[in-house]
Amino acid sequence: MGLDDLYQEIILDHYRRPRNPGRLENAQVEVRHYNPVCGDELVVGLRLDGDRVAAAAVDAKGCSISQAAASVMTEQVLGRPVGEALDQAEAFRRLMHGEGEPDEELLGDGIAFKGVARYPVRVKCALLGWMAFKDAATRAAGGQGGGATVYGEEQDETAVRAARGDTREGRT
Amino acid sequence: MTTPTAPLDVAAVRGDFPILERRVNGNPLVYLDSAATSQKPRQVLDAMDDYYRRHNANVHRGVHTLAEEATHLFEEARGKVARFVGASERATVFTKNVSEAVNLVAYAWGLRNLREGDEILVTEMEHHSNLVPWQLVARLTGARVRAVPVTGDYLLDLDALDGLLGERTRIVAVSAMSNVLGTVNPVAEIARRAHAVGALVLADAAQAVPHAGVRLDTLGVDFLGFTGHKALGPMGVGVLVAREELLEGMEPFLGGGEMIRDVEIDRTTWNDIPWRFEAGTPNVAEAVGLGAAVDYLQALGMDRVRAHEVDVTGYALKRLGEIDGLRIYGPSEVEHRGGMVSFTLGDIHPHDVAQVLDADGIAVRAGHHCAKPLLRRLGVQATTRASFYLYSTTDEVDALVAGLDKVRRFFG
Repeated sequence: MGLDDLYQEIILDHYRRPRNPGRLENAQVEVRHYNPVCGDELVVGLRLDGDRVAAAAVDAKGCSISQAAASVMTEQVLGRPVGEALDQAEAFRRLMHGEGEPDEELLGDGIAFKGVARYPVRVKCALLGWMAFKDAATRAAGGQGGGATVYGEEQDETAVRAARGDTREGRT
Repeated sequence: MTTPTAPLDVAAVRGDFPILERRVNGNPLVYLDSAATSQKPRQVLDAMDDYYRRHNANVHRGVHTLAEEATHLFEEARGKVARFVGASERATVFTKNVSEAVNLVAYAWGLRNLREGDEILVTEMEHHSNLVPWQLVARLTGARVRAVPVTGDYLLDLDALDGLLGERTRIVAVSAMSNVLGTVNPVAEIARRAHAVGALVLADAAQAVPHAGVRLDTLGVDFLGFTGHKALGPMGVGVLVAREELLEGMEPFLGGGEMIRDVEIDRTTWNDIPWRFEAGTPNVAEAVGLGAAVDYLQALGMDRVRAHEVDVTGYALKRLGEIDGLRIYGPSEVEHRGGMVSFTLGDIHPHDVAQVLDADGIAVRAGHHCAKPLLRRLGVQATTRASFYLYSTTDEVDALVAGLDKVRRFFG
């Protein structure tokens, strides 16, 4: 099993030139997701127009797999009805978990990540963007959002504070 | 025993480690992840195999021959470990790892002795195993967890330590060797200062026992924890050693079999130390394996093991330092650090670095190394860490350097 199977050219291309990067202006919903194993994190911003994905962006910090998968995700979901985009998310999840035959039509460029399924540690990296999208889309379709809330941050900040506790005060 | 000045015969040492003959992805294994877990010599594997094939029985219970043999082997291993780390056998407790050793102290000592307003002093470079147990007990007692900061030179800020130590400080929990930076902390000096304000000191010696042979008596600390699997022994056995009188005064951590003297329905009197702290059937084969690992290390001599690691680490610092865009996190002087080098390579994520190296059979660790507060302090999400042990060679460092060149070309 060679590196080229894992790091397909499409993946390296999206890693080097991520599509729809950064925070989304006028996002309807923003969610922050983490991969606690490696510290990867990203914010997915989403705006719907009726039931269609009108805008999507990812502000990602992480490895090539997580960044590229999130970048591909934004291209895949843009302009699609939410229901169809969620079907894509599910197709990608099944690809990563090796469940059934890949649905290449739904997956689009996502099929390039097929080799990742053989590296269990990296599967979480590849899924990070899609899981965040699923979270954001479900919230947006359910009418949540607006304001400055970034879903997923509050809980983490508590954990971060607990983890660093008084360590910051230790510098006084 | 050979004189301490004779260098380690690394080729002979490597011959004792069957796993080093393995090929990974078509290449000879280059194992540079010993800080996560060491590989095991056949002497350890044989001791464990022999235990299960010939002596297996439950310990401290039966009168039959096998039970006596198993008990003897288990207690003999305790004696070896105790002598290795300068503790009394009575104050040498088998746990399952360092996390359990720290939890034992946090709960059995901390829960009963900490009050609201008391302070637990840790450092910014602690592994989560020497941080989270204190947070849990702080939450239950109202004590505060404070931390000694890390300087820009990747050392503990000892001036800040003096400012933090005070009458509220009840215990100082400090790593003897950072698992990320490699920093060797001046634990004996820290212990002197902590004792001057009446605080106890716990040393997390997960890295320092296997790689520097530190001891409870020479460090002058009250508690010291280490784990077998990083010291050529098996997973599943760790050790807490302590000053005997401290342990004597402590109530149990976990309840169950073995740790009792007498039990009635509503009350129990405790067994003597160390068994008071070893509830339930212990990992006997693992303890026996650790005893064999200690024998192996002592036959070579810890000073020679350390000298070899200093050589390999010094070579690694030099070679890695020559790579463009590679940043090393840790003290620059090899005398102040253990056998590991954490680094980042440009903005290539450590997971990608490790993945490409793995394709060439090179095993390194990538991630936050269970030290997230430290990584936050360093301003990085993750690092790549190459770590060495008595079987590591400069040829393996060369393989790593060649692998990193490939990583750069791949993601460039």
